[in-house]
Amino acid sequence: MNITEKILARASGKSSLSPDDVVFAKVDKVMVHDVSGPGVLKVFDKLQKQGIDTSKLHDSTKVWIAEDHFVPSAEKISAENIVKLSNFSRQYDIKKHFKYGMGQYGICHTLSHEEALVNPGEVYVGGDSHTNTTGGLGAFACGLGHTDVAYVLLNGEIWFKVPETYYFKLNGKLPPHVMAKDFILKIIGDIGTDGGAYNTMQFGGTGIDEMSVESRLTLTNMTTEAGAKNGIIEADEKTVQYLNERGSNDASVFHGDSDAEYSKVFEYEASELEPTVAKPFSPENITVARELSSTELDKSYIGSCTGAKYEDLLAAAKILKGRKVKIRTEVLPAAISIYKKAVKDGLIGIFLDAGVTVGPPTCGACCGAHMGVLAKDEICVSTTNRNFPGRMGHVESQTYLASPQVAAASAVTGKLTDPRDLN
Amino acid sequence: MIGNVIKYEQDNIDTDVIIPGTYLKIHDYNELATHAMEGIDPDFPSKVKEGDFIVAGKNFGCGSSREHAPIALSTCGIKAVIATSFARIFYRNSVDGAFLLPIEIDDITYQKISNSDQLEVNIEKNEIKNLTKNEVYSMKPFSEIIAKIIAAGGLFKYKK
Repeated sequence: MNITEKILARASGKSSLSPDDVVFAKVDKVMVHDVSGPGVLKVFDKLQKQGIDTSKLHDSTKVWIAEDHFVPSAEKISAENIVKLSNFSRQYDIKKHFKYGMGQYGICHTLSHEEALVNPGEVYVGGDSHTNTTGGLGAFACGLGHTDVAYVLLNGEIWFKVPETYYFKLNGKLPPHVMAKDFILKIIGDIGTDGGAYNTMQFGGTGIDEMSVESRLTLTNMTTEAGAKNGIIEADEKTVQYLNERGSNDASVFHGDSDAEYSKVFEYEASELEPTVAKPFSPENITVARELSSTELDKSYIGSCTGAKYEDLLAAAKILKGRKVKIRTEVLPAAISIYKKAVKDGLIGIFLDAGVTVGPPTCGACCGAHMGVLAKDEICVSTTNRNFPGRMGHVESQTYLASPQVAAASAVTGKLTDPRDLN
Repeated sequence: MIGNVIKYEQDNIDTDVIIPGTYLKIHDYNELATHAMEGIDPDFPSKVKEGDFIVAGKNFGCGSSREHAPIALSTCGIKAVIATSFARIFYRNSVDGAFLLPIEIDDITYQKISNSDQLEVNIEKNEIKNLTKNEVYSMKPFSEIIAKIIAAGGLFKYKK
């Protein structure tokens, strides 16, 4: 069995599994945030009316709560949702509630790794599509809707059809100025926004071995944009060390069998990859950054679970150091822990000196919620994950998805810029 | 199930156009319904009628996990989305929450169905009758687990 089959087999008490088998898998960790939490409570209301007991969760120690989409509260409805979350964690005695304004908080997918909330080999589900991100730690991580999350909270398990696995092999180390974001955009361009639909996207090869844990998380994060059920990378010593540094006591390496089978294998040479951009209005609409060098921009946005981890900010800061931005530029670190490290290491000073507005951790404008949404006809280069019509604001705004290096270089010139071409 | 077709000749109709992100904070079903399909067809809530079907191309509902998407459509009266394929979270949200039926058809059937056609959908027979054109099409049968959850009336009513 490959790693995804093996994790689902363990979680469902089966000795072996194959694609298309349907299982009820025991869930090790569950996440809700300020959108899915109130959504789950709405489901609980409906269930109570049907006579289903919602007074106790299956295991509240497995649950954690993030506040990320509309925080700091954008207006009164989102403020009320935050109050609902506080009541929720109090009522069900959920200890791991990361509240804004009270120390560590941030985007749910970022907290999953920053706080070592999920270990290799676990089944983790969350009420958000980019839950796939956490598969970069070697877990089965999958996004679900409110009804399914409510079911998991009350029953501790959920059904899955065992996915087929597509294996993406990267040979060699990424060249300078080419980031994991460029690689995943290239893949989505090749297979399309339904190219991984219902399947697992697993990554491996020497290029993945070379990659930092944070870069790997960028890959699994955007498997969602290819429609995948989960993205996964087998943990190695680097993963275990990363989690141990963040307080995990029980992280260990968990692998698929040596005779693991994959339904398709895609092979890429790292040396052939280039800074890559997805044009409006789809993540599959890719081209190399150099082809767009005449594209004038209004804004550069460096944020989200995809593109505001520490290493993303560091990559942007290296480009912005000693330079000034020519267009509106925002940096929103994805968690307070990242923000603190960025302050300590001088990155925030570099951003401010360059003219950047530095905001708090939030999903913010990535999902068109608040904090820098786009007006009609505005054009933005963004380190985020989607650029469908209206994703970041007005339905006639335009978003170019790119790496933090491309977003930073473009901020300096005001046009879409390959960081290799920056003077 | 008999209803009329609202057809969008488009692939990849994503959750950002079905219910834009700014409305994710809203959990009142009726209010969500007033914004259904806002990113692609702002007139949708005023023209949709109880029992209507949406017909669209491949990968319907791609994007986010927001259950707001099937909620907004079903609260508007949509009983089924008939498409050549679906994104996985939209698909399972529709079924597990018992909001609407996600029905898969082939490309030829998709071409044959026109906007405003009246259809009769029969999931026991895996059959779609086009009452306007007097044609009969087959739909892709639901997998075993999906059929059972639909028959039960949603995941919470399904007995393993």
